[in-house]
Amino acid sequence: MLIAILAISILAAVFGLLLGYAAIRFKVESNPVVDQIDAILPQTQCGQCTYPGCRPYAEAIAAGEADINQCPPGGETTILALADLLGREAKPLNEEHGEHKDKRVAVIDENLCIGCTLCIQACPVDAILGAAKQMHTVIESECTGCDLCLPPCPVDCIEMVPVKEELEDWKWPYPQQQF
Amino acid sequence: MELHPHKLWHFHGGLHLPAHKELSTQLPLLPAPLPAPLPARIVLPLQQHIGEPTQVLVKPGDQVLKGQLIAEAKDYVCAPIHASTSGTVIEVSEQRVPHPSGQRAPCIVIEPDGDDRWTDELPAALPDYHELDGATIRQRARACGIVGLGGAAFPTAVKLNPQHPIDTLILNGAECEPYISCDDTLMRTHAHDILEGLRIIRQATLANTCIIAVEADMPDALISLRNALGGDEVDGIRITSVPTIYPTGGERQLIKVLTGHEVPSDGLPLDIGVLCHNVGTAQAVYQAVAQGKPMLSRIVTVTGGGVKQPRNLEVLLGTPMAELIAACGGYTDSVERLIMGGPMMGFALESDEVPVIKSTNCILAAAKNEIAKPAPAMPCIRCGECARVCPARLLPQELYWHSMARDLDKTQDYNLFDCIECGCCAYVCPSNIPLVQYYRFAKTEVWAQERDKQASDIARRRHEFRLERLERIKQERAEKHARKKAALKQNKDASGDTGKAAIQAALERVRAKKAATQVQAKNIDNLTEAQRRKIEAVEKRRQEKQQTK
Repeated sequence: MLIAILAISILAAVFGLLLGYAAIRFKVESNPVVDQIDAILPQTQCGQCTYPGCRPYAEAIAAGEADINQCPPGGETTILALADLLGREAKPLNEEHGEHKDKRVAVIDENLCIGCTLCIQACPVDAILGAAKQMHTVIESECTGCDLCLPPCPVDCIEMVPVKEELEDWKWPYPQQQF
Repeated sequence: MELHPHKLWHFHGGLHLPAHKELSTQLPLLPAPLPAPLPARIVLPLQQHIGEPTQVLVKPGDQVLKGQLIAEAKDYVCAPIHASTSGTVIEVSEQRVPHPSGQRAPCIVIEPDGDDRWTDELPAALPDYHELDGATIRQRARACGIVGLGGAAFPTAVKLNPQHPIDTLILNGAECEPYISCDDTLMRTHAHDILEGLRIIRQATLANTCIIAVEADMPDALISLRNALGGDEVDGIRITSVPTIYPTGGERQLIKVLTGHEVPSDGLPLDIGVLCHNVGTAQAVYQAVAQGKPMLSRIVTVTGGGVKQPRNLEVLLGTPMAELIAACGGYTDSVERLIMGGPMMGFALESDEVPVIKSTNCILAAAKNEIAKPAPAMPCIRCGECARVCPARLLPQELYWHSMARDLDKTQDYNLFDCIECGCCAYVCPSNIPLVQYYRFAKTEVWAQERDKQASDIARRRHEFRLERLERIKQERAEKHARKKAALKQNKDASGDTGKAAIQAALERVRAKKAATQVQAKNIDNLTEAQRRKIEAVEKRRQEKQQTK
């Protein structure tokens, strides 16, 4: 009886130490699910999901605070990928947060720009170039089309224009279902 | 790799299709320049190859001569464009190009002057090409804008620079797709050029064995090549007739037929020591090296029941397709649609105003009922015919399910990108499902997602950097603020002591000065009593006044 208790106690102690060591040695810094969710999100950083950026939204999804259908730029593709990743039911985009639009970029009307730098401060990806009282311009290839530069502009000189489709970016359409 | 001299292998699947080649081979080749007189305008797209676009060197109003470089290649995987005739550049703008999207793309538009005058800045002819080294040949192929003429239009210079030793060099004359006969015509009329081109390519790639593969239903081409070579196997070059099964002309399929080896799924023919070039490419290489001629024209098959005199023509690049149709007697009444390429792998054109480009091998003007219009698709009955005919040994049915469900990861699990879009599966499908369209859709969708992924990764990095920067600035500000505050406080404390001391010192100084400058009254001796009292009274008043002050 005593031997059995002793043996069990020693085993428990050994495993306890082992687990304790593993918890320290293999500690995961951030939640891997958050990283996986963040990798799926489109990174427009537009805040339409009501969170201040894609990563906070990813954290909220992982914590179960936010639903997976709050990202209009990602649209259906993102929702399906999130549903697949998290094993949840896919659902249509929540229209409260906006509707899915084709990719657009901001263009500054350089004749109207007064060089106030407000849009530069609003841009989440530093895609606007300029300085105080100097004309600003958008680096098109870096613009995510988040619309965040529109509200602060005092002279309404920023316009969102659809991205022109290049020939090599052209996609074959989905075949029409005939049955 | 040991080649068994006369043994041929089979690839999986494939189809025996009605060839319809006799349609366009009855009339002889119509040589360039075509059509005479020259077309009213020549439209040369800036990108006629796979790879990076070219950079324009001319502007509207410029006079250009035939063979002049008008768009240069800045990148490695790129092929420059030359003016295909002399004339004036009238526009550099977006024009309709032969592309399944029907979209416009940047083009140089030239109005020919009719003289067809050559530039005198052509590269020198190198008739002693047997002694050239690989680098010279590659440079020449690159400078002359040569691309693969088999359909993909990949810059030839890149393919002439193999990273592995080449054992077998294959010249692809197996033109397996129905209706198309431009390679057949080329082999019949330019066998010598093709053989010399092959020798140049062999020189550049140091290949051991060369095989020219010709389909069994092109006996004239076979005879013509044999005559030019002087036998079936001379000087390490072998002419082989391969069975007429669609798609024998596919690169991987032809390699399997000739060598019995399979190209790995995610690899290139190079990985098994094989290099494949089209016969047209060999001729272009010969012209570029031995004659110093850039790529300005190509042979195009104009065929189908929709055109009056189907035939092969040598056409200047940039010629609008309508001019070719006109040179072939115009459309018949029953014409229904225009296809670039063959009926299996080609795509429909929206207009005959698009130009002939380097990859245009065939213009098929299909008459009514000539090419079965896609019948309404029915549900898949899982008969498995598609898998039986697939030359890439894929499972078309599975690919179809997953493409239809837009499950792109799954399609890649089933090796979507090994699909050569030959159309065999859709041809045999009893339910008329447009299978290839689903695969094309899935492929371009995968590429688009990869592009989006790259863009979003960049956006994420930029956003994280911005957050970091804002945080850093905030911290720096806070530190600066704290430093200033500390400095101010210290100053204040210090100024508490030193200030008082300073005041004290100043007072001392004033006192000392006062003491030093204390005026001693003079002339006070021998004063009368009245004078003394008066002085005392004044002194007293002064002191009183000072005290009240």
